[in-house]
Amino acid sequence: MIWLLVRNAWAELARDRAALMLSFVVPLVFFSIFAIIFGGGRGGGSRVTGTSRLRVVVVDESGSDRSRALVQALEADSSLRVIAALPAGSRAPGKPGEPFTRAIAEEWVKRGDVSVALVLPAGIEHSIMSFRGGETVKALLLTDPGDPVAGRLLGGLLQRAALRVSASGGGALDLGPGSAVEEMMPLGFEDRAVLGKKRESPMIAFYAAGIAVMFIMFAAAGGGGALIEETESGTLERVLTTGLGMNGLLLSKWLYLTSLAFVQVCVMFVWGMLVFKLPLLSHLPGFVLITVCTAAAAAAFGLVLAAMSRTRQQLSGLANLVVLSLNALGGSMFPRFLMSESLQKFSLVGFNAWALDGYLKVFWREAPLAALAPQVGALLGFTALFLFVARRLAKRWETA
Amino acid sequence: MSVLQIREARKSFGATLALDGLSFELRAGELLGLLGPNGAGKTTLIRAISGRVRLDGGTVAMFGRELAPGMVRKDLGVVPQENALYPLLTARENLETFGRMNGLEGKHLRERTAWALEWTGLVERAGSEVKTFSGGMKRRLNLACGVLHEPKLVLLDEPTVGVDPQSREKIYDMLSALRADGASLLLTTHYLEEAEARCERIVVVDHGKAIATGTLAELVEQAGLGGSLVRMRLDRAATVAPPGFRLDGDAAVLTATIHDVGQELPGLLARVREAGLGVRDLEVRSATLQAVFLQLTGKELRE
Repeated sequence: MIWLLVRNAWAELARDRAALMLSFVVPLVFFSIFAIIFGGGRGGGSRVTGTSRLRVVVVDESGSDRSRALVQALEADSSLRVIAALPAGSRAPGKPGEPFTRAIAEEWVKRGDVSVALVLPAGIEHSIMSFRGGETVKALLLTDPGDPVAGRLLGGLLQRAALRVSASGGGALDLGPGSAVEEMMPLGFEDRAVLGKKRESPMIAFYAAGIAVMFIMFAAAGGGGALIEETESGTLERVLTTGLGMNGLLLSKWLYLTSLAFVQVCVMFVWGMLVFKLPLLSHLPGFVLITVCTAAAAAAFGLVLAAMSRTRQQLSGLANLVVLSLNALGGSMFPRFLMSESLQKFSLVGFNAWALDGYLKVFWREAPLAALAPQVGALLGFTALFLFVARRLAKRWETA
Repeated sequence: MSVLQIREARKSFGATLALDGLSFELRAGELLGLLGPNGAGKTTLIRAISGRVRLDGGTVAMFGRELAPGMVRKDLGVVPQENALYPLLTARENLETFGRMNGLEGKHLRERTAWALEWTGLVERAGSEVKTFSGGMKRRLNLACGVLHEPKLVLLDEPTVGVDPQSREKIYDMLSALRADGASLLLTTHYLEEAEARCERIVVVDHGKAIATGTLAELVEQAGLGGSLVRMRLDRAATVAPPGFRLDGDAAVLTATIHDVGQELPGLLARVREAGLGVRDLEVRSATLQAVFLQLTGKELRE
């Protein structure tokens, strides 16, 4: 009898396609997405995502043979992608092909184009393998505190490059008595964060944005599910017999979900401000702008998911799959700037990646409102697209 | 005057033929019952009238004006089969919501809401969430939400399904009040007794077609079931039916159809006596809608 029940349970599972998908296919999809994102990290590279190398801007102020040799050694390092000259199409001042200046390099880090820049000041050639610590000129790393790994990685690779230069060109091993450990490096360097000096904890803004965006996506999908409940309860039928129509109904749902998402994000950031000293008030205009656009896009996204689903159960399964995948990809769980370059580009297919970029620009890069134009434009574009798709899908609720 | 005219309405959903040339009309001030088994096409017709179903063929005209699906139907009130209410809103909030959707505003909306609460007997519960209401209370509120804007034509899709007899009575009292105020009502039901007792005329629908239309007496005529049915239980089995009687299965029961009870019944009793039989029990009844339905469709109407 017990085996009969076990067999029946398997038979029921085999005949329920949605349950089968949730049991076997969805875990595989999640596993693959997470494997791609987290397995394709910076260190080892990934066959799926392509090699992930640390992009670094190099400013050679020395211009000496040894500094050039150092740059070449860095370029030869498979873990680095050295950008020594301004590329074509760059937004920064200067002509393409010209070498970077310290100011332009700093601007690139501030804008988030790279996480770290290396400045080789004049006189650096005498510092390679000198082991004189504070008495010599040091290399300067301009870093983004949001990517703490980048500076440390470059610092280590810099030592390897310095050793290679020394091995090829010779260098005096002048190790004085009583030298500190830090003075025993082949090339001394100092690290200067170009962002986040005023903040107590720069990662708080990232986590507040990441978690808030993920949850408003869940909330919007759940809220959109009211359409399914209205279908089942008959209120949708009743509403559609009045003068309101489907356009009015969807518009009202979208406005509600937008306002709900806006309030949710505000609550999250106010909590961050009160408890974790998140600098909300000093970034209010940018925060409001990005939050309104994000809320609008999330609300429209929720309507699409609801309009695609026939039952609450379907919506729940779909929302879990899509929202978690998009958020893994879009950087809510793992910062996008730590992902491979190709994955960073691919993740822009999700509106949430643009939203997080917007928040990072506001809170991290101190970007002016005008600099948020790409994110605002993308979010509004996604909103329009989602509303269009939701409206098309909602036709099935209209006249039969 | 015709309030609603349905002509040759046709609608298919894939291979399923829901309406197959259905035609009838609703007259001013009338309570017309649309009677048919589940799946006969009643709800599809209601949805077609309210603009929620696009007909494949035929027309729907209201007050002489042909209706298209997207057209706003200001004078139409729809009371759906489900209790189409927002359970987390109060009775008052539900009324105000559907009142506004149907074009009521300001003072007029407040007056109509007050009227509806009074009409439904829900004044005391105006501020309670609908999810706390009994089935009968929800039904009454469901009805009120559909007629708050004083429509001249009200479509009621099975308005008494799942309610107790007392609430059913209350709902019919409410419908009578609506008619007294000049509304015409089209009601779908699969309750025979309701259709028989409440509706002035009945349209019998089966397989998407109107197979008979008229008052109960007219339907009886159309079904060829005119007259009264006499049923006599005998003191013993009869070997042969006396003149004017039939033997239907049970040899101890005689049946006959007569048109004038006073004139014909004494003669029937005399013939039974002459056959040497005794009568234990006697029943005389008119043809019921149940019999009409059975005669017209060849099947029982099950609830």
